[in-house]
Amino acid sequence: MAEEEKVIEELTTEEALTDPLYVPEPVEGATEHVRSFPAAPQFQEKLGYPGERPDNWQEVALAKMDELRGKFRSFRLFLDICVKCGACTDKCHYYMGTADPKNMPVARQDLLRSVYRRYFTLPGKWFPDLVGARELTEEVLDEWYTYYFQCSECRRCSVFCPYGIDTAEITMAAREILDSVGYGMKYTNEIIGKVFDIGNNLGLPKPALASTLEDLEEEIEDDTGVKVRLPLDEPADVLLVTPSADFFAEPHIDGLIGYAKVFHALGEKWTLSSYASEAANFAMFIGSYENMRRIALRIRKAAIDLGVKRIIIGECGHAWRAAYQFLNTLAGPFDFLDPKYPVPQHICEYTWEAIQAGKLRFNKEENDFYKVTFHDSCNVARASRMGDYPGGQFDIPRNIIKAVCNNYYDMPEGTIREATLCCGGGGGLLTDDLMEIRKKGGSPRMKALKQATEEYGVNKMAAICAICKTQFSKIMPYYGYGMDDIMSVHQLVSNAIVLPGSEQEAELDGTDGDEAAEAAE
Amino acid sequence: MITTLYALLYYAATVIFVVGIAYRVWGYWKTPQPANIVTTPAPVTRTGVVWRMFKEVAFFESLWKSNKWIWIFAMMFHLSLWLIIVRHLRYFIDPVWTVVVLAQPFGKYAGFFFVLGGLGLLFRRFVVARVRYISAPSDYLMILMFIGIGLSGLMMTFVTKTDIVAVKAFFRGLMTFNWQPLPTDPFVLLHLGLVALFLIVFPFSKLLHAPGVFFSPTRNMVDNPREKFRPVPWLPPVSEVTFDPPHGSKQS
Repeated sequence: MAEEEKVIEELTTEEALTDPLYVPEPVEGATEHVRSFPAAPQFQEKLGYPGERPDNWQEVALAKMDELRGKFRSFRLFLDICVKCGACTDKCHYYMGTADPKNMPVARQDLLRSVYRRYFTLPGKWFPDLVGARELTEEVLDEWYTYYFQCSECRRCSVFCPYGIDTAEITMAAREILDSVGYGMKYTNEIIGKVFDIGNNLGLPKPALASTLEDLEEEIEDDTGVKVRLPLDEPADVLLVTPSADFFAEPHIDGLIGYAKVFHALGEKWTLSSYASEAANFAMFIGSYENMRRIALRIRKAAIDLGVKRIIIGECGHAWRAAYQFLNTLAGPFDFLDPKYPVPQHICEYTWEAIQAGKLRFNKEENDFYKVTFHDSCNVARASRMGDYPGGQFDIPRNIIKAVCNNYYDMPEGTIREATLCCGGGGGLLTDDLMEIRKKGGSPRMKALKQATEEYGVNKMAAICAICKTQFSKIMPYYGYGMDDIMSVHQLVSNAIVLPGSEQEAELDGTDGDEAAEAAE
Repeated sequence: MITTLYALLYYAATVIFVVGIAYRVWGYWKTPQPANIVTTPAPVTRTGVVWRMFKEVAFFESLWKSNKWIWIFAMMFHLSLWLIIVRHLRYFIDPVWTVVVLAQPFGKYAGFFFVLGGLGLLFRRFVVARVRYISAPSDYLMILMFIGIGLSGLMMTFVTKTDIVAVKAFFRGLMTFNWQPLPTDPFVLLHLGLVALFLIVFPFSKLLHAPGVFFSPTRNMVDNPREKFRPVPWLPPVSEVTFDPPHGSKQS
């Protein structure tokens, strides 16, 4: 196929293979074949959407568009004010990785904007061809489904737009419209249903959760000689809500061990909840405030039931956005919590505060095998904050890494901090059906990592996002890394932390564990 | 005849411009922004946001980060436009304000940069394949309209030497409903025709970016979602919600 050859030609030059910010020439239709599986009717209905496409689907879709225009200033405004300057056209990692022009942020918005113009503006009604307006047809609906699920809602484009137009807002609205005519996505919508039924994305019921946590307690005791608890559903001061991936797989689970060790070292009374056993909120991905709220309310209920004073969120990018920008709005006010602490807090804020206060002891040599870089997750970077000043979300995780690790190096400018490149799997795309787009969308980040490896010998990348971690462990092998070269930040903390009374402490201080414990008293 | 035509055209254009923009801005104003979706890192105080918006509107800060070529052309285009507008106030006010007098020499020559900036933006639209892909016919026409306004204005100023006193009398006449004849120099008619078109098209087009940018929630919000509770207007308060039952309990 000629198209395929053009794509290959665009994306395989020496420069294309090494420059993380390489911008290919557009090749039309390059990824129009990449489509995820639509959701089955029973999963649609669970979320309050029709299971089948109604006969009057056009009317329904347009009515939904009109409704969203009245509910969200962002949506209404962004449809009107784009001047097509082109500033965003080279900023999307999916465009950079695929060369498909419909993956340029403005072109992605235009898929919907063209229909908006046709039905809601005078020039679009009178002169559709002049202003690029078009009818809502079945082909258009399919095109929406294809390309709005090739967007990870990472907001990189919104940083560079002179009007702050955020494609994520358009993508969310488009997905909500698709859902309203029964055209939902299997991966996201099945997962949301699982949270409603069981409490977490992975569908781990309480007994499974409890036995996992027990196993982890044993593992920590074997490693350190210290009995560190991972309490579940116990009355406590701190409720930790973390992505359920942390209960399940590497490298996530090492991060969870890290949080537990930090809590233990500080003598914190904390607990996990089986009811709110998920920090992730996939309803954000599909732009559904109703469903997003239903998930957020689980956190509120757990906090009330367990009588906690504060809520802390584990390492996860979009979950931190859902918590930081949405939790208060959707499930607040949280006036029953201790007003001394922001609601919610990030685990990195908590750990960094303890490090600054000198309350944690580390042996940085434990991480000397590693030359570490940090991947800023998009939602953390561009849709949240940590600490009390703008940009704390960049500094705090790096500060933690530097406190526990001797070798830290940044990836190139333009690929980190607010300009960070998405892992390629965010926004509800972390499904095998979309592997091609995930690999291609992750390529700019991988090229940036390669540069750090060549320049500084970086061999590990740390992240604070469950989706990033899962995505990287899957795609890093394609780029010559091992699947365990992606780490949790709290995994590095866990490696280096010296718990009071532990074997590590004894070894460092030249005493055995019992004496150290006595000395500590 | 032409005087009547242009007089009516300008009354109509002014009404469409003012009412149209007011209507659109009212739409943005009254539409809620339920959650705080500011693009971070963002200021944590109101004053900080004012400064951020100022940098955005006066210096196109985000565009500077994004693309230096677009920035240069856009800066040239918009700065010139402001100078030109200030200079043109002299045709509507009497006596002429000092600021407007001071702007006169700059405003006159700004016309060249205005056209140059417009040509730069038009050139990009043709030459850069990515920008060509996203351009509709109206995008080209819009920029051609501006270039036309600029060129006809420059012709009047530097080449044909229009009877500008008479043009001023025409506009003063419009404002006081005491119509005066409009000079029928073709460049005057072209210039004024295109400007009227600009006024009419404004509320229906992407030109809304000018008032719209001030409403952009990713730019104009204070980064304080943890401190400031902003409920979603169409959702019931938490005191009235029902929670999902815990897993394993009796379910519907």
